[in-house]
Amino acid sequence: MTLPLVIYRSLRQHALSTVITAGSIALACGLLMCVWTVKTQSQVAFTQTTGGFDAVLGARSSKLQLVLNAIFHLEASPGNLAWSDYEAIKRHPAVKAAIPIAVGDNLRGFRLVGTLPELFASVEYAPGKKYALEVGGRVFQGGAKEAVAGSFAAARLGLKAGVTFHPFHGLAFDEKNRHAETYTVVGVLTPTNTPADRVIWIPLAGVQTMSGHDPRAATDVSAVLVQLRAPTAGFMMDMMYNKQGNRLTFAYPVGTIIAELFGKIAWFDQVLTLVAYLVALVAAGSVLASIYNSMSARRRDLAILRALGARRRTIFGAVVCEAAVIGALGALTGYVVYFSLLAAVASLIRTQTGVVIEVWHWQPVLAYSPLAMIGLCALGGVVPAFKAYQTPVAETLAPLA
Amino acid sequence: MLAVTALTKSFLSPEGVRNEIVNVPVFGLAAGEQLALRGESGSGKTTFLNLIAGILAADSGRVELGGMVMTALSESKRDRLRAEKLGYIFQTFNLLQGYTVLENVVLGMSFGPRGADRAHAREVLERVGLGHRLDHFPRQLSTGQQQRVAVARALANRPQLVLADEPTGNLDHRSAHEALALIREVCREHGAALLLVSHDEEVLREFELRRDFTEINKAMTEAKR
Repeated sequence: MTLPLVIYRSLRQHALSTVITAGSIALACGLLMCVWTVKTQSQVAFTQTTGGFDAVLGARSSKLQLVLNAIFHLEASPGNLAWSDYEAIKRHPAVKAAIPIAVGDNLRGFRLVGTLPELFASVEYAPGKKYALEVGGRVFQGGAKEAVAGSFAAARLGLKAGVTFHPFHGLAFDEKNRHAETYTVVGVLTPTNTPADRVIWIPLAGVQTMSGHDPRAATDVSAVLVQLRAPTAGFMMDMMYNKQGNRLTFAYPVGTIIAELFGKIAWFDQVLTLVAYLVALVAAGSVLASIYNSMSARRRDLAILRALGARRRTIFGAVVCEAAVIGALGALTGYVVYFSLLAAVASLIRTQTGVVIEVWHWQPVLAYSPLAMIGLCALGGVVPAFKAYQTPVAETLAPLA
Repeated sequence: MLAVTALTKSFLSPEGVRNEIVNVPVFGLAAGEQLALRGESGSGKTTFLNLIAGILAADSGRVELGGMVMTALSESKRDRLRAEKLGYIFQTFNLLQGYTVLENVVLGMSFGPRGADRAHAREVLERVGLGHRLDHFPRQLSTGQQQRVAVARALANRPQLVLADEPTGNLDHRSAHEALALIREVCREHGAALLLVSHDEEVLREFELRRDFTEINKAMTEAKR
């Protein structure tokens, strides 16, 4: 009862500095957890986002550009490949399925991707999950001017079955580049939490033969999404296309290529993590400073407690515990900061890439970061606690006694 | 109950000279006894009380309190003994300003062996006439009421000895008389001995047993010579 009372009253007496210090700890803790979660979750989410394919075949370019363009629907297409290249890989005995895609148009910034209806019929975009349409929708027909909208694009553009639109040329939206063709939305995909949600899918021939496109490339495709029968085939085809050939690029395995991207930007993670650690350190320092600065005002109270029979170690413990309690208050508030920050970051990532970061997903960092913060604050409390420990009772009480 | 033998304490002056403040060859107090010590400011009486309370460590000598030799104990054991057997009333009361009246008394008890007993703290506060001020803070009380809180805090732990250092120094005559009567009465009820120091003759006259601190403290006698 004594210790909680002493801590509670001390926090009340120094309410303003308690709130400010706990606030800085909350920011530090929230930031630390958020950086960590975004780092780990995005790495997992991106490397697991394959759209159900093992590899991508495209024009000669970097594997990363190919994967970003064909799977994540980011970046420009590195170039086209001939229909014969598609047919060749499709016929390869090691290939289970090959789906061509063609890009080059958009609808108000959302990418139009031409493909075959088989994508929606046979491909599992994640283990055990096939594309599904919202009630009343259907997949477009091969040669028709019909479209299936991804859930996020549909929500943003207000697309639903029956709505018509004109595509715009290029991957970036420019009002002046409107195509003459009119497409009708025939279905909206249910959310997949993958980049496919940000795409408006139309028949492959639609992109290939769109007015204004080069007629000489009317049978070309931008990339081929490949499912292999066995992983070993991937290395064989890697050798075939990348080492022995010099015209095409075979990006395999998709997950590893994205992991390499994270490896390249690891320095950025490290900088963010370092910043978060520094903020945590500064917060612990602010606990030290705030309690230490209040020590002069509290010396008399501490001397009175000593005169009442409180032992030095009780006083020392009370100050350390108080620092830990400030840390705990900050850490608890840190969860609010964490969830708010993460929700904002997750929304941004989803808007930009279609990849979903789970805000409510449990991570060990959510336990050990606040605990470490509390420990750090308690450590910060040791210096003022030592000052309190040394309070000379008779001298401190003497001037007024 | 209290036996002091050859107790000395000196301090180093800013000039580097060691000044002996307390030199008490013999002093004692029986259980339940109430004694007033007359002493002027600077006579070392507060230091003497602090030595008895174990707040200060003596240079030499012996303080025996309730069968325990205070001067032979480590600081932490002196703290424990103080919490267990002593009540201390300061001239300026030394109440904890951030704590309520009840909390001040409860906290005074919590370092002793019986621990915090809110019900008993409430009883003692009612006894000193502050039952209706339990949740007030010291700054919301009059000086006389603050003195009564200090009395309640000193006695709540059922001490064997109450030390009172100029307990009425901040009170007017009427309040001082009432406060003194209360301290003596409550000490009597609790069976606690009372050692009070004061320079106020009116206060001293209220005690049957009273002594000059200068007679007891040889350090001052030597200094005067």
